[in-house]
Amino acid sequence: MTVANTEVDAVAAQGYKYGWVTDVESDVAPKGLNEDIVRWISAKKSEPEFMLKWRLKAFRHWLTLLENDQHPKWANVHYPPIDFQDVRYYSAPKAKAKLDSLDEVDPEILAAYEKLGIPLQEQKRLAGVAVDAIFDSVSIATTFREELSKHGIIFCSFSEALKEHPELVRKHLGSVVPYTDNFYAALNAAVFSDGSFCYIPKGVRCPLELTTYFRINTAETGQFERTLIVAEEGSYVSYLEGCSAPMRDENQLHAAVVELVAHDNAEIKYSTIQNWYPGNEEGKGGIYNFVTKRGHCKGQNSKISWTQVETGSAITWKYPSVILQGDGSIGEFYSVALTKGYQQADTGTKMIHLGKNTRSKIISKGISAGHGNNTYRGLVRVMPKADNAWNFTQCDSLLLGDKCGAHTTPYVEVRNNTAHLEHEAFTSKVDEEMLFYCSQRGMSNEDAQSLIINGFCKEVFQKLPFEFAVEATRLLELNLEGSVG
Amino acid sequence: MLEIKDLHAAIDGNEILKGVNLSVPKGQVHAIMGPNGSGKSTLANALAGKPGYVVTSGQVTFLGQDLLAMAPEVRARAGLFLSFQQPVEVPGVRLDQFLRAGYNAINKSRDLEELDPIKFDKLLRRQAKIVEMDPAMTRRAVNEGFSGGEKKRSEILQMAVLEPRLAILDEPDSGLDVDALRIVAGGINQLRTPENSILLVTHYQRILDYITPDAVHILVNGKIVRSAGKELALEIESEGYDRYEESGKELLQPAG
Repeated sequence: MTVANTEVDAVAAQGYKYGWVTDVESDVAPKGLNEDIVRWISAKKSEPEFMLKWRLKAFRHWLTLLENDQHPKWANVHYPPIDFQDVRYYSAPKAKAKLDSLDEVDPEILAAYEKLGIPLQEQKRLAGVAVDAIFDSVSIATTFREELSKHGIIFCSFSEALKEHPELVRKHLGSVVPYTDNFYAALNAAVFSDGSFCYIPKGVRCPLELTTYFRINTAETGQFERTLIVAEEGSYVSYLEGCSAPMRDENQLHAAVVELVAHDNAEIKYSTIQNWYPGNEEGKGGIYNFVTKRGHCKGQNSKISWTQVETGSAITWKYPSVILQGDGSIGEFYSVALTKGYQQADTGTKMIHLGKNTRSKIISKGISAGHGNNTYRGLVRVMPKADNAWNFTQCDSLLLGDKCGAHTTPYVEVRNNTAHLEHEAFTSKVDEEMLFYCSQRGMSNEDAQSLIINGFCKEVFQKLPFEFAVEATRLLELNLEGSVG
Repeated sequence: MLEIKDLHAAIDGNEILKGVNLSVPKGQVHAIMGPNGSGKSTLANALAGKPGYVVTSGQVTFLGQDLLAMAPEVRARAGLFLSFQQPVEVPGVRLDQFLRAGYNAINKSRDLEELDPIKFDKLLRRQAKIVEMDPAMTRRAVNEGFSGGEKKRSEILQMAVLEPRLAILDEPDSGLDVDALRIVAGGINQLRTPENSILLVTHYQRILDYITPDAVHILVNGKIVRSAGKELALEIESEGYDRYEESGKELLQPAG
């Protein structure tokens, strides 16, 4: 850290801690998008034929959406039109051929991860966490693979999965989020370059927390990763992703797709700590985070739980959803979304009840500060065969200051009259009474505010794996520094 | 300990305190009594520095320092504690976490040891006995779902942990049944020392059956209209505040 101290200090003063750039030689695609680029990406990754065909279909579909101006417009976010020909769709650090171990990873990149607080080497071993590190478009390293493979668990980069387990990928790819799903899902399917793949065999309880860290490094590059997690009958896995990016003046596009499949009695717990660069104080730069995440509770009594802490990105547009197909399956969504400066977030979930006795729970906590604009948008849909479906929704908003906004837009569609739905929503300001109470006990305003906000978010933080709950708490504090009125 | 000279304070431009003079020496308990709307709570809150309680003129010296120049948290760190009449809920924040944050902030400002959760828990358990509180209650969210009596006990527990030099207790007896009153008053008595002082704001005399004050002051219409010993409280009990309210100013001098 000594070398970078001044740099880091400078960054901290500007409020974003992860804004530095790592100097590595990269293999980048020229700007713009056409069929040749799609073929080029596929060739770069020596992909099987079916993959290229799928990408091309997706690309052609995306073109029709683009021509018909079919990008999503309903979200409560505002930004100038994106020039998709001005984006680079692939960037990879130049590697010396294939890496056999972490020792062969470019030390600059390892140092970059150290700086992010993600030592790929040793420390995480103690914490029992397996890490897949994604740098720009490719996976750099996946730790603990051998140990996991003893249990029959596959945890590797998407590229490797395509080489080593093409049949598994082929079976599930696009089964939850087809490329026709939406504009950004189509774009992702055409150009996605890497991501994590995780397969938990029947009856196995994954002994480690699986983690992927995403890092955008190269300028003018979009990041399009794809994560696929398949939990076979009776298995369990807890997976966490973390994200960060350098500070740059131009907006960068991040359009990821996550697909989860849970079979009978399987459980997937998916946590996200999203801290992409949010732009500067005037709202310049930052990541456009347009993400499609969906889980499929395919089997009976399966369970998928999304927990997200969203503090970064200039614009966030994401609705991690669960399709509750198996009878008795459970979907959960726990979210903390913080918008400050000029950040905009339109986020929420969709719970689609198809099977009988399916249950879903939604806890959303929106925090707005500065000129931040936070919208909860959620859909609970109960289909005709979903007897005795149950949903509880609670969306709370907390406002800091008077220039920010909070909006709640719940949609409910019920086509079965045995359904039981509850909805609660509160908007509150961190009021003077509370702050005064804390300061009367000796706390500074900043300490008081972070205490109050952590209390507000507690129900969500409790759902995070322990060490990440600590990280999330720190991240919120860091993000709210200086936003006390 | 505390010297108040000609204190005027206003809320939303309405003058509530109209020239309060008061001196509380070290080691003493002074009771402030008065009818509803006389300015008792305003005095308590203005001394603690609550936003919105604007001091328009006057001086307050606390331990030789200019109290009014200090931010609320600085007053707390200097040893001033306010027990709230109606403490707010802080959802999701456990009482023990809340109190440890305050305790450590105060200790840090004095270069004293900040306690980790384990050490702090020991202190908390010890002090909880003073108000006969089950330590499990300190793991509940601050004031969330607390009964009236639990809120008051929690306030006195906080006083017991923070060990202030001056505790301003704003109606610690309001809404309490006899048993709860006995516990709260008993707790306050245990916290009296020759080194600290208490300013006890109350509407009713009954808490003074348990806590014997060194002086009683009657506050009416923003001014202290009479000061005397503990017997004054009994007089209020039998005669009420009416005579002070009717003829406020004439009674500024102790009546015979």
